[in-house]
Amino acid sequence: MSLLQIEGLTHFFGGLKAVSDFNLELANGEVVGLIGPNGAGKTTVFNLITGVYKPSRGRIRFDGHDLVGLQSCQIISMGIARTFQTIRLFRDLTVLDNVRLGHFAQARYGIRDALMRSAKFRDEEKRIKDKALELLEAFNLTRYAYVPAKALPYGEQRRLEIARALSSNPKLLLLDEPAAGMNPREIDELLERIAWLKDEFHLTIFLIEHQMRVVMGICERIAVLDFGETIAVGAPLEIQTDPRVLEAYLGKEVS
Amino acid sequence: MGPKSRITLVLVLLGFALCIFIERSGLLSAYILQISMYVGINIILTLSLNLVNGYMGEFSVGHAGFMAIGAYVSSIITVRVFHNQMGPLVFPLAVIVAGIVAAATSFVVAFPSFRTRGDYLAIVTLAFNMIVKSVLENIDALGGPRGFMGMSRLTNLANVYAWCLITIYVVRNFVYSNFGRAVLSIREDEVASNLVSVNTRQMKIMVFLIASFFAGVAGGLFAHVMQFINPRSFAIQKSTDILVMVYLGGIGSIFGSVLGATVYTVLLELLRPLGVWRWVVGPIMLVVLMICRPTGIMGLKELSGLIPREEQVLKEKEGADVVTASD
Repeated sequence: MSLLQIEGLTHFFGGLKAVSDFNLELANGEVVGLIGPNGAGKTTVFNLITGVYKPSRGRIRFDGHDLVGLQSCQIISMGIARTFQTIRLFRDLTVLDNVRLGHFAQARYGIRDALMRSAKFRDEEKRIKDKALELLEAFNLTRYAYVPAKALPYGEQRRLEIARALSSNPKLLLLDEPAAGMNPREIDELLERIAWLKDEFHLTIFLIEHQMRVVMGICERIAVLDFGETIAVGAPLEIQTDPRVLEAYLGKEVS
Repeated sequence: MGPKSRITLVLVLLGFALCIFIERSGLLSAYILQISMYVGINIILTLSLNLVNGYMGEFSVGHAGFMAIGAYVSSIITVRVFHNQMGPLVFPLAVIVAGIVAAATSFVVAFPSFRTRGDYLAIVTLAFNMIVKSVLENIDALGGPRGFMGMSRLTNLANVYAWCLITIYVVRNFVYSNFGRAVLSIREDEVASNLVSVNTRQMKIMVFLIASFFAGVAGGLFAHVMQFINPRSFAIQKSTDILVMVYLGGIGSIFGSVLGATVYTVLLELLRPLGVWRWVVGPIMLVVLMICRPTGIMGLKELSGLIPREEQVLKEKEGADVVTASD
């Protein structure tokens, strides 16, 4: 069963075509990669899925719902979560609060419960805190719980971003260059973590990556973008030998 | 009830007793009593504006406009509707209605302003403040530019104190909840906030409503201390004063707002002998402060007594391995 269906997704920035007629289906539990040179429109695809931009044309369906025209917060509460190419944590908030924020849409108390500190409020807050601490534990961040996010080392900030994304209880996780700025050892660790995430949280993962090693290692299928056009979709091995992909990455062979 | 909340309750009751004692005994001069009430009213104004400008990081500059609405609405109720009868019974109700009307008006301002982001709110609230002032100046039934009078002195130390406590309680409970965390995240990064499922637009409107409600309440209290209000009392200068108190005391801090409002109000009174020059001292102080400590005296810090127990870092409880900010 397909979880995410993208049909004919097209987006213009002014006159510039950032994404052109992009089609992709993600089945439940799949790990799919989106690769392409710089400026190919990869992050734009993520921004279109999560409602940061409204697509010029095309349809996005998730879990039976149409996403086009919805606000980001609505899309996220339907079960899509994402991380960012450049880390976008709430820098002055504590690590715990960063993760607790992901629970925003799930908190089942209203403003009156909060202002009166009702029993419902206290129960829910405790549940949220426990769940957040559990996530921090799983991501090895417990000891930083009360530190502002900006004080964390780079690798930990990347981990926290994923933890925060997971706190909204997603079915689909969008990772935007999760390996950016990591050394080979950290990348190995990341690959293990993604594999673990997928099983532990029953996730479908859609990830953007620059480094071939990462995508080839974990993706079951890969889509390749170049100048907004989809130039290939297929299994890693097919992609690696596709002449158009080689051309986009390495340039045309001199004949 | 835990020991801490029992102590709080005793302190609150002692505070009330003290307020009533001071007023009945005539221990303090009428002047000092009046200044004390101003301090209280300014605490309400500062704390409520801090929600918008400090915690949420938006920039509203028209708080006095909402105060004006509260002042006029409550005065109309006590003077025109009830003809100064049953004052002590009607007054609390009048103040609440004043707050509700101010909040309802703020919805009209908030709804269009929060469609976009950034400086837009500053411009809209500035315009709003000016509109309120000129509308009031042109309604002859409310005295026009001459002002509105006839209120009895219904505000006393005890009810200013009560409203201060209510404001602090509400702001604290709001800030230390899911909603408060969402508001803080809007200040940090609005796009990211939306992308972790926070409905930022709804949150902004909610914060603006709460802030305006308390501005209206403060207006109601103010009108019944002064017993005379005119549109000039609620001009941009008044809004600026509230801004100064917010940034002086510290953004994103309840105790900071209490401190900022108290220090600024008392200081302006102490500087009265300087005449016109006292209006120079305040701004200079603010400039120096912004250079030395841009987030204000208590910027983003809170007195630990004001933080709910469950939000305090319990080092012993969470294990010795917890890293704290000071490390």
